[in-house]
Amino acid sequence: MRYLPNSDADRQAMLAACGLSSLEDLYRHVPENALIREPLKIPPGMSEYEIMAYFRAQAEKMAHGYASFLGAGVYAHYRPVLCDVIAQRGEFLTSYTPYQAEYAQGTLQSIFEFQTLICQLTGMEVANASMYDGSTAVAEAAMMAYRITGRSKFFAPLNLHPEYRQVLDTAAHNARMSVATYPYDAATGQADLAALERLLDEETACVILQSPNFFGVVEDVRAAAEIAHRRGALLVVVFTEAVSLGLLEPPRDADIVAGELQSFAISPSYGGPFAGVIATKEKYIRQIPGRLAGETRDQDGNRAFCLTLSTREQHIRREKATSNICTNQALVALMATVFLSVYGKQGLRELAVQNLSKAHYLAGGLELRFTGKFFNEFVVKPRRMTPQQALERLLEKKILGGVALARFYPELADCLLVCATEMNRREDMDALKEVLA
Amino acid sequence: MPTLGKVRPHPTQNEPLLFELSRPGKRGYQLPPLDVPEASPEEALGAENVRREIEDFPELSEVEVLRHFTRLSTWNYAIDLGMFPLGSCTMKYNPRINEAAARVEPLAWAHPYQPEELSQGAMEIIATLEQYLAEIFGMSEVTLQPAAGAHGEYTGIMLIRAYLAAQGNPRKVVLVPDSAHGTNPATAVIAGYEVKTLASNDRGMTDPAAVAAAVNEDVAALMITNPNTLGVFEEHIEEIAEILHAKGAQLYMDGANLNALVGVARPGDFGVDVLHANLHKTFSTPHGGGGPGAGAVGVKPHLAPFLPVPRLKREGGLLRWDYDRPQSIGRVRAFYGNFGVMIRALAYILAHGGEGLRRATLDALLNANYVRARLEPYYQIAYPSRSMHECVFSDARQEKRGVRTMDIAKRLLDYGFHPYTVSFPLIVHGAMMIEPTETEPKAELDAFCDALIAIAQEVEENPELVKSAPHSTRVSRVDEVSAARKPRVRWTREAAG
Repeated sequence: MRYLPNSDADRQAMLAACGLSSLEDLYRHVPENALIREPLKIPPGMSEYEIMAYFRAQAEKMAHGYASFLGAGVYAHYRPVLCDVIAQRGEFLTSYTPYQAEYAQGTLQSIFEFQTLICQLTGMEVANASMYDGSTAVAEAAMMAYRITGRSKFFAPLNLHPEYRQVLDTAAHNARMSVATYPYDAATGQADLAALERLLDEETACVILQSPNFFGVVEDVRAAAEIAHRRGALLVVVFTEAVSLGLLEPPRDADIVAGELQSFAISPSYGGPFAGVIATKEKYIRQIPGRLAGETRDQDGNRAFCLTLSTREQHIRREKATSNICTNQALVALMATVFLSVYGKQGLRELAVQNLSKAHYLAGGLELRFTGKFFNEFVVKPRRMTPQQALERLLEKKILGGVALARFYPELADCLLVCATEMNRREDMDALKEVLA
Repeated sequence: MPTLGKVRPHPTQNEPLLFELSRPGKRGYQLPPLDVPEASPEEALGAENVRREIEDFPELSEVEVLRHFTRLSTWNYAIDLGMFPLGSCTMKYNPRINEAAARVEPLAWAHPYQPEELSQGAMEIIATLEQYLAEIFGMSEVTLQPAAGAHGEYTGIMLIRAYLAAQGNPRKVVLVPDSAHGTNPATAVIAGYEVKTLASNDRGMTDPAAVAAAVNEDVAALMITNPNTLGVFEEHIEEIAEILHAKGAQLYMDGANLNALVGVARPGDFGVDVLHANLHKTFSTPHGGGGPGAGAVGVKPHLAPFLPVPRLKREGGLLRWDYDRPQSIGRVRAFYGNFGVMIRALAYILAHGGEGLRRATLDALLNANYVRARLEPYYQIAYPSRSMHECVFSDARQEKRGVRTMDIAKRLLDYGFHPYTVSFPLIVHGAMMIEPTETEPKAELDAFCDALIAIAQEVEENPELVKSAPHSTRVSRVDEVSAARKPRVRWTREAAG
């Protein structure tokens, strides 16, 4: 086995040093009954060549060479080459969680930079070092709101990403808490804040609001914050399309921001690994889940960084921890940090403007289901055929035309959710328009 | 400069923060020309929704970005540089073929909502990995939806809750041995259970009598790690399983230490009902400075109906995602899990094959026992029981000279090694927990043992040298206490002055 570095002579010498005569002696004390009865039913080991051939054969069975207008929480953005160059450096790729600060200053400084970038983007004062993804970040944000308010009911809008809502339901159910929903406005596609105001009660820990929401429509964060705060609830603002932060007002009126960073240089990878993040106000810092890097000094007075406030975390606090999260998405967060450094202040805005422009060009002449302002995706009703027929027609043209909303919203069964990014070419957009118009 | 162990100090470069490097007007990107009319943000989004600028966001050239992160990288220690002996962390070599496989374009660029007919390769990869892991675990089904080990634990405990609730009573208590990882009690609480701690016996094992005394109709499960965090195989595991099952309780196994068992023993065969394993430990996917991982959860047939949705199902020669699972606990994550991590884990399993996996386990056991044999004359072994894949010492001898496990750990940095796990498990006074893994050559193990033996000597002759370590790292001992007292967790222009 090529990953095992010792020779048989090494093994013999080591066994002798242990006072053993065979490798099997190493587990002689394990009760006979607990031992495996027959060899594992897994084929013999493969060479590199065979392994790559296996994965290439699987890749043959995937969509390849299609123009894609799929969004819905996972976006195709160009990944600057530097993102992968840095992420493949062994010093980042093969290092551990930076508990030993003196030997992990590179990771720690990059996390500190990541946290700063997220604060700058979201208008918050504290961001953690990452969560698993956007969906689990929302559930964790709700639990955080519970710890802050002592209340155990969460209000989620029906235009929150449906899979995020399912994850929240699972978490709340097991924690014996409850999730109530509030509707979206059937005309604008925005969350129905008037309905929220009627439904909201004093038992609510937080109101959740996604902007741009699942339909791509931009929400009124300030109005939602006012409604939530009047009832003593927190506002959790969610984002799935992080590039929108390059152009949209940051959700400063939120108490907690929970989002997905996949748009920042993370390939879609059939749904993961991505990186979620939670950001909040300084006053809630002791309730934020997950790792935090902080600035400090070494004994000689040099600037240094370390993980901090770990008394919130499971390895110190055990059953009293803010969350059970341990491993997070550090390398993915690093890729996002490199992405943001490459694009920088002007670039992120320009990138966002390109997305906005492409989506608005694409929407031109189509029948949009909602009137609300949108960033880079929108809900469209094909004029001349059903969504299913439209998608099939587009597949023939090697186009992945969007997400049929019937799978999540029976009332929108005649609609598609369509997304355009800087990756979409005008000729493909014209082909899509031809079918949907 | 003198050589110490495998180390000779050399300069590394200072590097400011991105925000300090930034200069107005610099750019490291170029977008292609826009092939559609440019939209006006104010018109398209409403002026009130458009931000003026991202204040203080960095502006850098491409070469500066590359150098920035490359310089930072040189301040890290990594598996690629040497042994990473963290106990219960399984820091093994991360084969680069895994990275190449995960970057095959139609896999890396697959959208989770593209048609199933055009996703069969990805689905086949997931199905195959589930099948191989079920075989390795001795379980009937495996879910790969959880994003990490702790997330897998959480899923596993929810499965137990759902199963027991379906029987009429979800019960109230989860038993956790005092040697458990911190995630175990935290998980049980998040999944709605009270935690009751079980003391280990004098052999470092969970005592069946203690389990029998603690288990009753309120107990939902025992969460056990096997081998446990002392590196000791729980020899009474089958008896413990019987005691629990007789009272209707479940046996949950934390597979953090599965690297000791693959191809040698299967948790499903010794009575475990549900198990999670970390693909970023035993199955070699890189830790990446803290993640991403993936948590595989294996179950016995009685728990399978409760697994998260969706599940893969074969139908007319095609794989499908099945959402119609009425007893499912629901979703624990959007989409299907950390697919990119699954590719890497499957590449690892394919490279070894069944027999190769067993050989890897034997070498992992050998390496740990060899380290133990070499260090036992100098450090106090915590429990005399036989070691599996890791060994745990106490700093009892060194403490007499005023030197503690953290000091020894910091001194190891000067010798060019990342420290072992410090002060865990909590039941060992001044714990030094060492897991070499199978991918360390004897020469590296010897250099590591030589370093620890030299430090033991230094503790006798010059304890201050050890207590003030590290001396040769880029930064000297970092002040974690004041970091926590007045947390500075982001850069601001105001604070920078």
